[in-house]
Amino acid sequence: MAMTGVLRPGHVALRVLDIKAALHHYKDVLGLNEVCRDDQGRVFLKAWDEADHHSVVLKECDTAGMEYMGWRVDSDATLKNFAKDIKASGLATDLKWIPAGEHPGTGERFRFTIPTGHVMELYAHKDVTGCGTGYTNPDPWPEGMHGMAPSRFDHCLLYGDDLDGTVKLFTEVLGFKLAEELVGGPGGKQRNAAFMTCSNKPHDVAFIRHTEKNKFHHCSFFLNSWEEVLKAADLISKHKVALDIGPTRHGITRGETIYFFDPSGNRNEVFAGGYIYYPDKPTITWTEDHVGPAIFYHTRELNERFLTVVT
Amino acid sequence: MRSRCAALCSNRSEAVSARIDIVDDAVHFDCPEGVDVLHSMIALGRRGIPVGCRGGGCGVCKVRVLGGAYRTDRMSRARITEEEEKQGFALACKLYARGDLKLQVVGKMARAFAPCKETMHCTGAPHAPPGSTSWRR
Ligand code: FES
Ligand SMILES: [Fe+2]
Repeated sequence: MAMTGVLRPGHVALRVLDIKAALHHYKDVLGLNEVCRDDQGRVFLKAWDEADHHSVVLKECDTAGMEYMGWRVDSDATLKNFAKDIKASGLATDLKWIPAGEHPGTGERFRFTIPTGHVMELYAHKDVTGCGTGYTNPDPWPEGMHGMAPSRFDHCLLYGDDLDGTVKLFTEVLGFKLAEELVGGPGGKQRNAAFMTCSNKPHDVAFIRHTEKNKFHHCSFFLNSWEEVLKAADLISKHKVALDIGPTRHGITRGETIYFFDPSGNRNEVFAGGYIYYPDKPTITWTEDHVGPAIFYHTRELNERFLTVVT
Repeated sequence: MRSRCAALCSNRSEAVSARIDIVDDAVHFDCPEGVDVLHSMIALGRRGIPVGCRGGGCGVCKVRVLGGAYRTDRMSRARITEEEEKQGFALACKLYARGDLKLQVVGKMARAFAPCKETMHCTGAPHAPPGSTSWRR
C-alpha cells in the first residue's frame, strides 16, 4: 500500500451562531446530507460520496470559526505511534485522548493543539456507513442530489502565527509533504504559506502566516467540473448567499473555485480540478512578485476581503 | 391626519425606512425595515462600512451606534463583547434600525500585505497590526 500514516482529512467541526440557518446553508444550499444529531445539539453531516459516518460537525456557539479538524489514520498502531511521536516532538500542546463514541460512530481520537493554535485530532476508526451509490454495481451518482452536491469534504485553509512550527509538525512528525509554498520577505527566505498533502491531492490542509493564532479561512468541498462550479455560483445567487469571490482559478494548486460565506461568516469553498500529487513531486514555489496570479490566476490582483477576513 | 401621512410617505418608496448616517464619512443612506444596515449600504452601492463575511463572524463591519433605536441578531462574542454591546457597539451585518441611526465606523479590513517595517525579522510580527496576514510582506 502506497498511502500510509495519515490517510485524509476526516472531519471539520465548525461553530455556528444559528444552527437553523446553518443547516439550511449546509444541507439545502451546499448539499450535504444530515447523518444524525446528538444530545449536545451537534449535527453531523456528510457528502454523498463519502463512505465514513460523517465529515462535517456543526455546533451552535456564541462565536464562529473552526473548533477542530480530524484526520483518519491507517490503523490503531499508527494512531498510538503518532500520539507518542507528537508528544516527543514537543511541537504540540494540550495533548489528550477523546474516548471512543464521543463522536457517534467514531473510535478514540488523539487531540492536540498545533503551533498555529489550531486543534487537530487523529483517529483510526469511523463506522463505514457507505456512500450514496453503494459499492455493488454503482451508478455514477445517486438520485436525490440537491444544492451544489460536492462529493467530499476536501481540505481546510487556516491562519496562524507560528507557521514554521506547524509545517515542521505536519512534515516531520505526521509525514505530510509540502506541495506548494509562497515565500517572501528579505531574500525570499520567509515561508508565508504552506500547502501540504498526505495523499495524491495537491493539498489536504494549508496554512497562512498571520499575526493571530487559530483563525479559520475556509473549509472546502470537491466538485467534479468547472460547470459544477458555475452552477454553484448560480445557487449562491438564487439563495442570496454572501459571495466572497469567484468563479475563478487559483495559480496555487490550479483549482477552479468559488468562495462564499455560511450564515455565521465561516468561509466555504467549492472547487474542481487540481492535479495528482506523488510524494516525489518537487515542491512548487511562488515568489512574492507573483503572489497575484498565485492566488487568483485570472485577475492577478490581491483581494483584501479574501486575504484578510477570517473567523 | 392627511398631512402627516403625506410627510411620511412623500419621498420614500418604502413607508418604513430609516436614515443611516455614518458620522465621520458624511455618508448616509436609507435602510428599509427588516434589512440589516450593511446589506442596505451594499444594495445602494454606498461605501463607508467595510464589508466582510456578512454573517456576524469576522468583525470587519463593526460600528458604534451613537444615536437611535435598533436591535441586533446574534453576533460573534469574539468580535463584540457583552460590555461593548452595552456601549452600543454592533456588527452592521447584524444591525437592524428601529428608527434613524447615527453610526461611527470602528471595524477595519486588515491590510492584506502590511509592509514590514523591521525588514530583518518578519516572523512573530510584533509590529504588524492585529489581524494582518503575510501572504506577502
Ligand atoms: S461583515 Fe463579518 S461580521 Fe459583519
Ligand atoms: Fe481551498
